[in-house]
Amino acid sequence: MSTTLEAAPGRRRTQKPPERAEGGALNAPRGTIATVVMAVLALLWLFPLFWAVLNSFRSYAYTQANGYLSIGGWTLDNYRRVWENADLGKYFVNSLIITVPAVVLTLFLSSLVAFVLARFSYRFNLTLLAVFLAANLLPPQALLVPVYRMFREIPLPLFMSETGTLLGSYWGLIAINVAFQMGFCTFVLSNYMKTLPHEIYEQAQIDGASVWRQYWQLTMPLVRPALAALATLQVTWIYNEFFWATVLLGGQGDKFPITSALNNLRGQFFVDYNLLSAGSVLVALPVLIVFFVLQKQFVAGLTLGSTKG
Amino acid sequence: MTTTTPVPAETTAEPVTAAQPPKRRLPARDRAVVITMILIPTLFVVVLVWVPAILSVVLSFGAWNGIGDVDQIQWVGTKNYADIVDIYPPFWPAIQHNLIWLVFLFLGPTLLGMFLAVVLDRNMRGSRFYQTAFYMPVVLSLALVGFIWQLFYSRDQGLINQVFGSEVDWYGDSSVNLWAVLVATAWRHTGYIMLIYLAGLKGVDASLREAAAVDGASERQTFFRIVFPVMRPINMIVLVIVVIESLRAFDLVWVVNRGTNGLELIGALVAQNVVGEAARYGFGSALAVIMMLISTVFIAIYLRIVFREERR
Repeated sequence: MSTTLEAAPGRRRTQKPPERAEGGALNAPRGTIATVVMAVLALLWLFPLFWAVLNSFRSYAYTQANGYLSIGGWTLDNYRRVWENADLGKYFVNSLIITVPAVVLTLFLSSLVAFVLARFSYRFNLTLLAVFLAANLLPPQALLVPVYRMFREIPLPLFMSETGTLLGSYWGLIAINVAFQMGFCTFVLSNYMKTLPHEIYEQAQIDGASVWRQYWQLTMPLVRPALAALATLQVTWIYNEFFWATVLLGGQGDKFPITSALNNLRGQFFVDYNLLSAGSVLVALPVLIVFFVLQKQFVAGLTLGSTKG
Repeated sequence: MTTTTPVPAETTAEPVTAAQPPKRRLPARDRAVVITMILIPTLFVVVLVWVPAILSVVLSFGAWNGIGDVDQIQWVGTKNYADIVDIYPPFWPAIQHNLIWLVFLFLGPTLLGMFLAVVLDRNMRGSRFYQTAFYMPVVLSLALVGFIWQLFYSRDQGLINQVFGSEVDWYGDSSVNLWAVLVATAWRHTGYIMLIYLAGLKGVDASLREAAAVDGASERQTFFRIVFPVMRPINMIVLVIVVIESLRAFDLVWVVNRGTNGLELIGALVAQNVVGEAARYGFGSALAVIMMLISTVFIAIYLRIVFREERR
């Protein structure tokens, strides 16, 4: 972990000596046991999702008649019905409306703080980092009462929120998501920025670049890999966020993002489990796509935060 | 919390190059920019996290149904806390469930995740595939995990009952539902822990391991002498993550039955007291403060570890 300090981020990947592929080979019998155990566990782990996908393609009438242990009754009808009856499209759009601004704002604001933390050594730096990082770890439920009440008191013009208050509006939900996610991003980004060689700033200063230019034109392009990793992670987290969306948009079921909506729709529309499976698969699809396409970013994002570098 | 870590991180972060430029004062414009860069994000966090945290503490000493204005609050001292401990039936079950949650996460998914990481860190055919399988559930929301497992747990349509011919309502029966929910959590938690350890194990010096092998050290010796020490700081981080996760646990029980009937958890109790028909803000806040106090201890530990690492 300390090795990352001496290299620019661009060279990080090549640092690890190529001959070390992971922790060394296992001897033959152990290797076989390990392979068998891992294979069994991996299949076990994949099974729940597989089961949901499988049953989402089967008709309810067939599984009722033959039980879920049967084979057959293939249909695409569940998906059609879920999409049309439960109006899932609308909720996906809601998720988009919440997730995109929240992620952009989180990354922008935390990169500002991270830059100052990494670039300058003020005495308050550590305190500031603590303020952000601790906020990230507080249980959200502990803040529920004041936030709920505060949001109810803050008026918004009707074109911004149909309820006329911050409660029940996207603005409030986006803001609270940003506030909660900033700690983690600030921490990761400032660590990443500290690995940039300091000479580039000295040079920039000689050239008379302002602090803003040093941030926007010098630092930001260099931390793009970290931003990409964090963006991937934040998209999944905010898309998955359930607690704040459920309580802050409480009376406004129409505005729910898809994750909270699924819970709301369960009683009304997902009368049988094949429909519920189809709904679950559809809700999982965006994050699964993100996961498979950007797997590397996702893993990098998670591990950047848990251990340094 | 911050008083325990008095040395600024940067002073030793890059011992050679980073001898930060002597405190030259920035031009006025730059100084204004720096202040703005810090101020706006800080305002966000302070107004939306820290102020509410303090208000939670204040409100916990009052009785307020939330309908009237703030001046309707009757200050009742520590009555809310006394009531929670003495006459609020779900409180002690909730504490017990949170503790079970914590112990289970440690003994089950955390140890398993650690084991998976140690094995998958070795040269193994298909290691990437296994890793992907284990951390795929990590990208799903806990609410969704709850739905997916319902396909196993449902009394009439669930797979478990169909295979074993049993008639248990796994999510509904208060004698088993906590365990059903825990298994579902474990499905997601294991991969997360595995990932953290895998990242940490990359820090094991390969040459040390080879040297150990040349010297004829057994697998066990190599693990305890060379691999395990590297994992020690990660253990602490994982410890804190697990504690905080168990304290925050909410989504799963909320989608199952809103945290009642065998699934009481502190986080769900807070929500019940605020968003329900009979809002009891003071009471809910007192519950929230109890949560906050417990988490504060572990947040402090976490910050200490992080800042110590930082200074290294």
